[in-house]
Amino acid sequence: MHPLAERIKREFPDGFADAVEWRGDLAVTVKRDAVHAIAQFLRHDPDVDCDYMVHVSSVDWPDDEERFEVVWEVASIRKRHRIRLKTRVPESDCQVDSLTDVWHGANFMEREVYDMMGIRFRNHPDLRRILMPDDYAEGYPLRKDFPLQGKGWRDTFEFLNEKV
Amino acid sequence: MGLIQLGRHQKDGDIDVITTTIERAVNWARKGSLWPMTFGLACCAIEMIAAVSSRYDMDRFGAGVFRASPRQSDLMIVAGTVCRRMAPVIRKIYDQMPEPKYVIAMGSCATSGNIYDSYSVVQGVDRFVPVDIYVPGCPPTPEALFDGILKLQERIMQKRVFTKQPEQVKA
Repeated sequence: MHPLAERIKREFPDGFADAVEWRGDLAVTVKRDAVHAIAQFLRHDPDVDCDYMVHVSSVDWPDDEERFEVVWEVASIRKRHRIRLKTRVPESDCQVDSLTDVWHGANFMEREVYDMMGIRFRNHPDLRRILMPDDYAEGYPLRKDFPLQGKGWRDTFEFLNEKV
Repeated sequence: MGLIQLGRHQKDGDIDVITTTIERAVNWARKGSLWPMTFGLACCAIEMIAAVSSRYDMDRFGAGVFRASPRQSDLMIVAGTVCRRMAPVIRKIYDQMPEPKYVIAMGSCATSGNIYDSYSVVQGVDRFVPVDIYVPGCPPTPEALFDGILKLQERIMQKRVFTKQPEQVKA
């Protein structure tokens, strides 16, 4: 196993779930409750020192019991390494801790995940839609059960009827 | 095109008679000073920019004075993918343009939505603004855009200025 993954497993024996290394990319899957503690470890531990939030994204696995997967990718500018931190979120309790207090860069990207996939981030300072309008009511467009052409919004032009 | 007929005085060769109609003269002036508005939404904008630059020089057709304000323009070139969230903005800008005004839908996206048959992409700007000329291509070359502008100029020459226009097609 990758030494960084070994380290996380040693520090968080309960939170660690799985680690995969593929073509030099390290992806660590952790339990949902441990995400925030592990993030703080990655951020502040002098040997890990991941000071840069690269990307936040999410995956919909419609057939799995824990349907959604949230992915944070963090990197260390000084140490020149990167870690992908993954966790699974069930549809019934669709929320996970926000990492915005650890990396401010996660703010907008977590909002995008919320907008597109409907995963709520606990303790997020400003959890609103970011790409779709605030009053968009058709759901979360990147979910696999969302119809590709939407539910009619793209073909409604209510502003044409407004009197100027 | 028979736009302006020049009569030459037999004696000295200087021009002293021009015969035309006022309508033609007005249309000629209008087609020769199209002021387009910069409305690049996606990659088509790059080709639109190239069309204005020195290699292609859109100014040759009198359509090179790009304005950043709808109140100073009479041609809107919608260049790129139109997202539904952008639609009210485009309509508002179109409404702010003074008459007479023209719209060119540049590229497949502005014409039909292209391959983006998705929840957020409008399937053609003609859903909410009247379009005069459709320029196909992904993206269209500057030459294709010029072809659209020349076609638009032909259309402008056919407009009635002092008699009532037939009712424009509502979006």
